[in-house]
Amino acid sequence: MTIFSLYILSKSGGLIYQHDHNLPTIENEKTFSFPLELKLDVQNRNVMVSFGQRDGIKVGHMLVAINGMKVTGQQLDDGRDALQVLQDEANYPINLKFARPRLTTNEKIFQASMFYPLYALACQLSPEPRSSGIEVLEADNFRMNCFQTLTGVKFMVISDPKQSGVDALLHRVYELYADFALKNPFYSLEMPIRCELFDEHLKTALEQAERPGFSNV
Amino acid sequence: MTIYNLYIFDRDGQMLYYGEWTRKKQSGMSREEEAKLMYGMIFSIKSFVTKMSPVDLREGYLTYCTNKYRLHLFETPSRIKFVLNTDVGAQGIKELLHQIYTQVYVEYVSFNPMCPLNKPIESELFAVKLDEVVRQSPAYASRPA
Repeated sequence: MTIFSLYILSKSGGLIYQHDHNLPTIENEKTFSFPLELKLDVQNRNVMVSFGQRDGIKVGHMLVAINGMKVTGQQLDDGRDALQVLQDEANYPINLKFARPRLTTNEKIFQASMFYPLYALACQLSPEPRSSGIEVLEADNFRMNCFQTLTGVKFMVISDPKQSGVDALLHRVYELYADFALKNPFYSLEMPIRCELFDEHLKTALEQAERPGFSNV
Repeated sequence: MTIYNLYIFDRDGQMLYYGEWTRKKQSGMSREEEAKLMYGMIFSIKSFVTKMSPVDLREGYLTYCTNKYRLHLFETPSRIKFVLNTDVGAQGIKELLHQIYTQVYVEYVSFNPMCPLNKPIESELFAVKLDEVVRQSPAYASRPA
C-alpha cells in the first residue's frame, strides 16, 4: 500500500503542483573486474546501462558513483571523465553504484504536459460515444488515477496497483485545493501552488490514505 | 461485456490488421489516419509510462480505462503491438491477447510463407481464426440491444 506521487495539472495542461510522497530509491552497488560485463552508454548527458542486466542492475539505470565518489553527469567529482576511468584497466577492480534515475523538475513538467494530449486522444479514439479521457492507467507495477474536475483541472495520483481508496483520496485533494489554494487571496489561477497550509493538509491526506482500512474521508 | 475492436501494429508503427466487432462510434477520419493517431497515442503512452513509473517495469502489457471503454496494449518482445478495446469490466484480456498472438498471429501469419512480414495482413484464414478466438472468449458477449 503505497502512494508514490501526486500531480495537479491546470486547465491548460501546465503542471501547477507536484509532490513526491513515497518514492522508492532503487540503488545497487557492485565490484567489477576488468572487462566490464555491462554495456554503458551516454544518454541525456548521463552514463546509463544499455545492455547486460545483472544483480538488480537494470537497463536504464544510471551510474551514480565510482568507488564511492559521486558521478555528476559524465564527470566524477574530482573532474575525471567517468567513461575514461572505466576504460582504464589499471583502475580495476572497481566499485560501481547504479540507481534508477529520478525525474528532474523539468522532466516532470514535460511529462505532465504530455498527458494532456493523451487524455484528449483517448477520448477521440473511443469506440463508444461520449467517452471521457483516461481515468485509470495501469502498468504491471504501478497505477495512475486521474480525476478531472468540471473546470478542467486534473488531479493525478501515482500509486501501487494494490492501493485502495484512491478515488476518495482524489476527491479529498480536490477539496483541499478548493479550500487552501483557491480561497487563498494570494493565489492566481493557472499558477503553481505555493501554499504551506495546502502542503500540510495534503501530506496528512496522503498518509491517511496509505493506512490500511482507509475507505472514505 | 463486449469487445469493440483490435489493431495490430508492427515495430515500425505500420498497421498490419484492423478488426472490428461491436464498435459504436467511428472516429470520423479515414482508417489510415486513425491508425496513425492510435499508434502515436500508444507510443506516447509507453514513453510516458516508462518515465513516470517509480519502479522498473517488467512486462509489455498495460491498460487504461475511461468511463466508457478500456484499452489494452500488449507488446511482444519483437515489438509487435496488439491494441484491443473492450468495455470497462472485461476480464482476462491479457490472456486473450497472448492467445491471439501465439495461436493466431504466429500460426497463420508467421508460419504462412505467402504472408509477407511488415505488410498489412491479407490472409483470410487469419481473419476467420481471429474472429473465432475473439467470439469464443468470455469477454465477448454482445450486450442486449
